[in-house]
Amino acid sequence: MISFKNVSKVYKKNNLKALEGIDLEIRKGEIFGFIGQSGAGKSTLIRMINGLENASQGEVMVDGKHISELSNNELLKLRKKIGMIFQSFNLINSRTVYKNVAYPLEIIGMREDQIKENVYEALRVVGIESKINDYPNQLSGGEKQRVAIARSIVNDPKILLCDEATSALDPNTTQSILELLRSVNNTLGITVVLITHEMKVAESICNRIGVLEKGRLIDVVKKEKLSNLSALHPGTRALLAVEECIV
Amino acid sequence: MYRITDLLVQSTLETLYMVSLSTLFALTLGFPLGILLVITKKDNILPKEKFNRVLNTIINISRSIPFIILMIILFPLSRVIVGTTIGTTASIVPLSIAASPFVARMIESALLEVDPGVIEAVKAMGSTPWQMITKVLIPETLPSIVLGITITIINIISYSAMAGAIGGGGLGNLAIRYGFHRFETTILVAAVVVLVVFVQIVQSIGNKLSNILLERIS
Repeated sequence: MISFKNVSKVYKKNNLKALEGIDLEIRKGEIFGFIGQSGAGKSTLIRMINGLENASQGEVMVDGKHISELSNNELLKLRKKIGMIFQSFNLINSRTVYKNVAYPLEIIGMREDQIKENVYEALRVVGIESKINDYPNQLSGGEKQRVAIARSIVNDPKILLCDEATSALDPNTTQSILELLRSVNNTLGITVVLITHEMKVAESICNRIGVLEKGRLIDVVKKEKLSNLSALHPGTRALLAVEECIV
Repeated sequence: MYRITDLLVQSTLETLYMVSLSTLFALTLGFPLGILLVITKKDNILPKEKFNRVLNTIINISRSIPFIILMIILFPLSRVIVGTTIGTTASIVPLSIAASPFVARMIESALLEVDPGVIEAVKAMGSTPWQMITKVLIPETLPSIVLGITITIINIISYSAMAGAIGGGGLGNLAIRYGFHRFETTILVAAVVVLVVFVQIVQSIGNKLSNILLERIS
C-alpha cells in the first residue's frame, strides 16, 4: 500500500538531515505506528505519504504510484484518497460541523443531496450527529477530533494519516478516539498510519510499530513482540522504559 | 444659510462619489495584492519567496510616497484616464492608487490570522489554491477583512479632503476654498462636522458588521 525505498530528507535551509535511508512497506488494512521522540523525523515521514513533504532521495510509493513523479493534478487527486487528522484538529472555525465534514466533498463538486447523505453517515460513524449545527469553538477537544475524523473519512479514503491525533487529549478521551480509529480501520478497511511519541498509544492500537531515532528507522516490531524485551533494539527498549518511569 | 446648506449638500455628494468609487477601485486593485502577499509566503498556499519579496518592496515604496505628492506624480495618468487633472472625478485616480497598497496590507494582516495548521489540513485534502482562498482564507477572516475595509474607507475620506487642496472637489475643497481662502469660518466648521459624522457612521457600521460576523465564528 505504502512503501519507502531508501528515503532520505535533508532540509536545505539549515542542512538538517531529517530522515536517512528509510526502507519500509506498510500493508493494506493495517494500523502502522511510527514512534520516536520529537525531532526524530516522524512528522516529515508521515507528510511524505500525501506529498506535503518531498523526499530528497529515494522513492515513496502510495497505492502503486511514485509520489515524486505525480503531476500537480495527480497529486491533488491522490490527496483526496488520503485522510489526515492532526494534534490541533485544524477544523475550519467559520464552518459548522456539517460544513466542515462536507468540505472534502464540496471540493470534488459532489451534488448537495449526496453530500448530505455522506456527511450524516460519517457523523453517525463518529457518533456526533447531535452537534451538527455547532461551530468548532463550541466543541470539546474530543468532539473536535471526532469531527476531524468524520471529515477525513467522509470521502471514503484508502489511507488515514494521524499526526499525534491524541496528544492534546486527556487519557479517557484518548482511549475513545483510539477505539474509534480501530473501528474505522476494522469496518471501513482503511489503512491507518499514525505517529506518536507515546508508546502506550502505539501499543494499544497498532499492528506494527516503527521506531524512529534521529531520522533513522531503527526497529520495526509487531505488537505481540513488544514484551520480548531481549529481542528489541536498545532504542525501542529505552522508549518503553521511559514510559514506564512516567507511569 | 440657504447658500451654506446648498454648498454643503453639493460637496457632501462629491465626497460620497469620490470615496465610494475610490474604495471600489482600491479594493479591486488591493484585495488581490493582499491575497498574493499572503499565499506566496513561505509554507503558505503557493510559496514563491522571491516574488513575495519583490511585491513587498513595491508595496512599501508606494506606501511611503506622501499622498499630496502622489497626486501630482499621477497627473499624467489622471489625464489619460479621465481627460483632466483637476476636479472630483480626476481625483479618483490618485485616491484609488494611493489606497490600494494600504488595502493590500490590511487584507494581508487579516488573512494571516488563519492558523497554518488549517491551511495544511485543507491542502492535505487535495484543495486547489483557488478553493483554499475562497472557501477557507477569506471566510475565516471575514470579520477582520470588514474592519480593514472600514479603516480603508476612513483613510480615503481623509485623503479625499486632501485632494481638495489641489483642485479635487468635495468637503475638503469646500473647507479650503471658503474657510481658508475667504475666512468663512462657518463653512469650514460645517465641512469638518460633516466629515466627522461621516467617519463616525462608517466606523460604527463596520464595527457592527464585523461583530455580527465574529459572533457566528466564536
